[in-house]
Amino acid sequence: MDLALAPETLARWQFGITTVYHFLFVPLTISLAALTAGLQTAWVRTEKEKYLRATKFWGKLFLINIAMGVVTGIVQEFQFGMNWSDYSRFVGDVFGAPLAFEALIAFFFESTFIGLWIFGWDKLPKRIHLACIWMVSIGTILSAYFILAANSWMQHPVGYRINKARGRAELTDFWQVLTQNTALAQAFHTLSASFLTGGAFMVGIAAFHLFRKKHVRVMKTSLRLGLITVVIAGMLTAISGDTLGKVMFKQQPMKMAAAEALWDGQDSAPFSVFAYGDVSKGHNSVELSIPGVLSFLADDDFNSYVPGINDTNKAEQEKYGPGDYRPIIPVTFWAFRWMIGFGMASFAIGLAGLWLTRKKFMLPQHLRVGDDEVPHLVLFRNKALSPKLGRLYWLVAIWTMGFPLIANSWGWIFTEMGRQPWVVYGVLQTRHAVSPGVSQAEVLTSMSIFTALYAVLAVVEVKLLVKYVKAGPPELTEADLNPPTKIGGDTRDADKPMAFSY
Amino acid sequence: MELHDVWFVLIAVLWTGYFFLEGFDFGVGILTKLLARDRPEKRVLINTIGPVWDGNEVWLLSAGGATFAAFPEWYATLFSGFYLPLLVILLSLIVRGVAFEYRAKRPEEHWQRNWETAIFWTSLIPAFLWGVAFGNIVRGVKIDKNFEYVGSVWDLLNPYAVLGGLVTLTLFTFHGAVFTALKTVGEIRERARRLATVVGLTAAVVALVFLLWTQVDSGDGKSLVALVVAVAALVAALVANQAGREGWSFALSGVTIVAAVAMLFLSLFPDVMPSSLDEDWSLTVTNASSSPYTLKIMTWCAGIATPIVLLYQGWTYWVFRKRIGTQHIAETVH
Repeated sequence: MDLALAPETLARWQFGITTVYHFLFVPLTISLAALTAGLQTAWVRTEKEKYLRATKFWGKLFLINIAMGVVTGIVQEFQFGMNWSDYSRFVGDVFGAPLAFEALIAFFFESTFIGLWIFGWDKLPKRIHLACIWMVSIGTILSAYFILAANSWMQHPVGYRINKARGRAELTDFWQVLTQNTALAQAFHTLSASFLTGGAFMVGIAAFHLFRKKHVRVMKTSLRLGLITVVIAGMLTAISGDTLGKVMFKQQPMKMAAAEALWDGQDSAPFSVFAYGDVSKGHNSVELSIPGVLSFLADDDFNSYVPGINDTNKAEQEKYGPGDYRPIIPVTFWAFRWMIGFGMASFAIGLAGLWLTRKKFMLPQHLRVGDDEVPHLVLFRNKALSPKLGRLYWLVAIWTMGFPLIANSWGWIFTEMGRQPWVVYGVLQTRHAVSPGVSQAEVLTSMSIFTALYAVLAVVEVKLLVKYVKAGPPELTEADLNPPTKIGGDTRDADKPMAFSY
Repeated sequence: MELHDVWFVLIAVLWTGYFFLEGFDFGVGILTKLLARDRPEKRVLINTIGPVWDGNEVWLLSAGGATFAAFPEWYATLFSGFYLPLLVILLSLIVRGVAFEYRAKRPEEHWQRNWETAIFWTSLIPAFLWGVAFGNIVRGVKIDKNFEYVGSVWDLLNPYAVLGGLVTLTLFTFHGAVFTALKTVGEIRERARRLATVVGLTAAVVALVFLLWTQVDSGDGKSLVALVVAVAALVAALVANQAGREGWSFALSGVTIVAAVAMLFLSLFPDVMPSSLDEDWSLTVTNASSSPYTLKIMTWCAGIATPIVLLYQGWTYWVFRKRIGTQHIAETVH
């Protein structure tokens, strides 16, 4: 059989496609739920109309997005059994538990309260309605935690033993699975990256309206919230990335050596900015690097020893038997760089924006603007950017709002491809994980249909987003400003139209 | 009763919850074509399940996740074995979810009509296929000594399983019709009741044949009790519907679903997926289950989480307890 079409290859492609696609919606859902909840809280506390309009606007985009997140998530729950039945048999005792917890605790929360939130504008008193969106937000974060704990177990299996008689891994310490450092670092990193994603999304869309001088009051608030989110989340993403990297250097030295295309171990190892290597010969032909930085990343010490790909491969052969334990080096190397590059570019753009649009009290009198005016972009003390440069900033913010999405995708590709040939590191290889009973034709069928359907849905979704972004925040109605005081809605007018209708 | 027996019951509970709840929203989805005459009526129907369908669907995800955790072998054999039908169900559920959420997001008529067509088919197909799947599980399929399904997709479309599919399809449609009668006001409510009678009678005949077949094949005393309850409740639901007691009718059609699912699981136990090739190759609660430690943790989780879920999901139904009619659909709302 042609290797390119081996069931393992197809199953991996399908998992990669459906998971990367699913993860375009996940970080936006996580961050927009919390940001929308924050805006609605501001409305409930201050009663300023701009916050309610912002809540409705971002809430709508959030809903368009979460719909896709929910439906593509269903596939994830069943895909293990469909394409990876031997994996499921081997790890179900350990891996199944966090998944079941996720469904029973987080999914129910998320999907029940989202229904209440969507339809509850005229059925629930203000504060209870607000609580619903916070519940959704808590649900999204809990859900992320459980699934990341499950993934962390694949990166670094703990709290289990191998039952030889049953030929499977069995859970011995669930608490350890949930709280091991890999899970903590990974959750910290993924959640902060999610907020970076939502922040950049908010900044880009606010910039779009401010660029056209539309909906200024609401969009200025949104811009500010987005920029602060980007800067804080960007910083946390970098810090947590560093933490996770150090954990990985200890737990999966091969992944990190591959991230750097560091072929042979050395003291004071360099960080390569660019490298082009020859995998078959096991070295780089061209390389541009900064000495000592890799050692620092691994160990907080510029002079420490970092093992290379060749050493690690040899060590793993001694430990696990003959075989090639190297992932595809160019993929890990570039994925690692693109993850950092796109993520940090977004952070830099946010940082610049936060400074350029700083608050009134930091500006001289003539550069201050009213609530309904687009802010001046002020680089130095007394001088605003020229209109040309000012427009350029808005354009950059608009065109880079998807950068974190790209960074997230490469991050997952890096961490999953970098673990190969293992599906559970050191315990189970990917080629032993596929469903033996599922034919090539079946996997090919499902992969093609999913890919085609997902492509169509992507077009539909993006068009809807563009439509609602362009429409801007809605005008408020009488009903919006007079929420009910009783659960189930007021009885003043029984035939009043519903506030929300599918 | 050992923990794996407890989990057999809990998995049955999760599937029962799924069929009870998503059963009526599948039914309402099907009725958008059969019952609604115009645009506002379609909106009324869709709005009756709008706030709740997503939460209902999570019962499926929980059943899936819990099966993975409590019976990994069952999860692995079932979903790799029933590959193509499951694929069709997943595709339906994807399109269905998007259809509910996106339908009203544009005012153009063709846009809305397309999503409505999608809602009809993606409700009908899984409503049928779940019955086929459970028919096959109960009847037994070709499973080899490695617990791998070795039959083809055509083996799954045998008469017994197809009949099972017709049972779920008609039963869910009936369940959806009595739900509609309970949740709406105006002319559509009357039509829902009339349609419920027709669909309910069909469901009663199909279900009786299927359940008797099951009883003869693999039943015992307990499953016979469940059978009698299921059929009696269905008849009572029809009577209540005829008498205009909509709340009773819905509760009783719910009892029918609960009893029918209970009967299937009772005739299954202690197998979870019998092999039609050799009895020794059947998956059972013992050879398919997780270790006692995992089951213990899962029991704690389910024991605490499920009642809470029932509480807040129940509360949702209470919040949206008012009936909906076409007068509640604003002209400006798409």
